[in-house]
Amino acid sequence: MPDMVLRLKDLQTHFFTDHGEVPAVDRVSFSVGKGEVVGIVGESGCGKSVTSLSIMQLVPSPPGKIIGGEIQFKGEDLVQASPKRMKQLRGNEIAMIFQEPMTSLNPLFTIGNQLQEAIRIHRKVTKKQARIQAIDLLNQVGIPRAEAIIDEYPHQLSGGMRQRVMIAMAMSCHPDLLIADEPTTALDVTIQAQILRLMKQLNEENNTAILLITHDLGVVAELCDRVVVMYAGQVVERGTMREILKQPKHPYTKGLIRSLPKLSEREQKLYSIPGTVPRLGVGQVGCRFAPRCEMAFTRCFQENPALYELENGQTARCFLYDEIEREGHPDGGKTSIGSKGT
Amino acid sequence: MAAYISRRLLMLIPVLIGMTLITFSIVHLIPGNPAQTILGESATETAIKNLEESMGLNKPYPIQYSIYVTDLLQGDLGTSLRSKAPISKEIWPYIAATFELTLFAMIFAVVIGVNAGIISAWKQNSWFDFLAMLVALIGVSMPIFWLALMEQWIFAQELGWLPAYGRQNNRDPMEAITHFYVLDAMLHLDFSRIIGILKHLILPSIALGTIPMAIIARMTRSSMLEVMKSDYIRTVRAKGAGQFLVIYKHALKNAMIPVLTVIGLQTGVLLGGAILTETIFSWPGIGRYIYEAINYRDYPVIQSGILVVAFIFVIINLIVDLLYTYIDPRVKY
Ligand SMILES: Nc1ncnc2c1ncn2[C@@H]1O[C@H](COP(=O)(O)OP(=O)(O)OP(=O)(O)O)[C@@H](O)[C@H]1O
Ligand code: SF4
Ligand SMILES: [Mg+2]
Repeated sequence: MPDMVLRLKDLQTHFFTDHGEVPAVDRVSFSVGKGEVVGIVGESGCGKSVTSLSIMQLVPSPPGKIIGGEIQFKGEDLVQASPKRMKQLRGNEIAMIFQEPMTSLNPLFTIGNQLQEAIRIHRKVTKKQARIQAIDLLNQVGIPRAEAIIDEYPHQLSGGMRQRVMIAMAMSCHPDLLIADEPTTALDVTIQAQILRLMKQLNEENNTAILLITHDLGVVAELCDRVVVMYAGQVVERGTMREILKQPKHPYTKGLIRSLPKLSEREQKLYSIPGTVPRLGVGQVGCRFAPRCEMAFTRCFQENPALYELENGQTARCFLYDEIEREGHPDGGKTSIGSKGT
Repeated sequence: MAAYISRRLLMLIPVLIGMTLITFSIVHLIPGNPAQTILGESATETAIKNLEESMGLNKPYPIQYSIYVTDLLQGDLGTSLRSKAPISKEIWPYIAATFELTLFAMIFAVVIGVNAGIISAWKQNSWFDFLAMLVALIGVSMPIFWLALMEQWIFAQELGWLPAYGRQNNRDPMEAITHFYVLDAMLHLDFSRIIGILKHLILPSIALGTIPMAIIARMTRSSMLEVMKSDYIRTVRAKGAGQFLVIYKHALKNAMIPVLTVIGLQTGVLLGGAILTETIFSWPGIGRYIYEAINYRDYPVIQSGILVVAFIFVIINLIVDLLYTYIDPRVKY
């Protein structure tokens, strides 16, 4: 596909810790098209941040290491790219913003200094020109009094304002891909909506593809064309936003959608998937979700499910969608809940 | 900023009062009759009376203290019993000698310590890191007099590269202007003398700077490692910045905040407590001045010497605090 900006193929990022090897990203594959907004959702610890840091080649190493797979960015494999090449790409063609606006800016330098730096790393412009561009960027991301704010320090701004500065910084070189790792999680609800709207606007105006990472399916639903659902380091479901909201296939995705607060159900207790995310380890057998899955049956504890292709390009990592199971269990495979805990 | 400085200066007043109370009581903590102790066993009755008179020891304590402070405020540090000269006149060359030595020792300590700490953190767990931290460990635990004697033995005696004693070639002394000899030699436009004086500074500076250097190296390393893990460093990397910009601009400035405190404290320690090094290298500094005064029971000199050292210590701390407000915009003033 020529108009893909990003294409991950079987990416494996493992951490080598004192407690053993942790497959934080376990053969993850997905792609992001030009100007497309793709979401990655999943609970805390499922490997979303490590996936995004892997794309940037910024996984803390040691202990982390990409041990396999490809990250094709506009046809170039970033896993094989030299550090020098990565420096050219970072901030220039791929930019990233982070969850914690309060700590993501250097407290000892002014907003202007840090913005101008982002520009001057990749563009040959004078300090004066960079300053003009920086003020321009601050205006674009809706910061009032940009001429004054540019000389202020991060601690003088609110969280929402700092996240706007981060976005301005990320957009400074007109990247083809913006990775946003939980950009609104640390902000309160009204600010969240503003930041999401701003990102959508930048996506539409500049045709920047966005990889939006969040644990909040609601955020994804607002912004994304397609979704990747991750669980315990693996992709468990992929599809278009509409299909997944309408017809989630994987039991985990179903659980996520059930736990979305709905207007009509305000008064009711929110649903949450029982159990917790398992500890990751290499060589684990069985579906990672099996201990928490209402649909689990014997096979789920004995074999690792593959990603099964379904209609409309949707895929799900669940035995329920294996041809054999479909024939064997016409009711959808609700056979052996009793076999949990094997 | 000006308001902050004046507030800080106001806060100095109680500290200074405390300091003068302590130095004032030095004389009165002498067991028995101070004048008798100062003059020794064989002193005559009249000699004791005269000394008590001249030091004001026969007046009540509050009166004595107020006289003491009034004199200090007028720049009168008392009179040396040994040389009979006003201390405020004779103390300056000693202070200048100690300042000059401390300055060079701290330049050595900061330049080597900070850079070794940075590289150690940058190349964590490399052979350089291992070696540097080993040297730092030896540095903090090494007896300084031993290091000083080794230096003299190797570089002065065996190799003959550097002088072992003093501030300058005493057979050909220079006319002192400021008593900062490097500066004085520059004022005399005497190039070969500048070299000679710098050579005299090398061995004592290294001996004196080794412990601060080791402490600064370890502090810089751990501080850098901490800062390198922070979110804003990740942001800088995500911008496409190279290692140099990451380390020397963003990480270093943040990492220096705790290191600055250590540098200030160590400078204070060197200014006040270099008696051993000054003795081994025959360095006519304030430490030696006080030490000799103790030998001669020259109490006014002991009092004023300690007061001056403590005062310098307080001023260095003030400077460090002011530097914080300059480096860190979050510090409220
Ligand atoms: N520096 C590290 N050292 C060791 N293991 C790590 C490290 N960083 C991440 N991991 C492992 O990778 C797993 C995935 O972490 P990751 O940060 O990608 O989760 P996440 O999906 O972003 O979660 P969150 O929603 O909390 O941000 C973690 O469970 C952890 O075991
Ligand atoms: S494979 Fe089995 S355990 Fe895993 S999600 Fe499907 S039904 Fe549940
Ligand atoms: Mg995360």
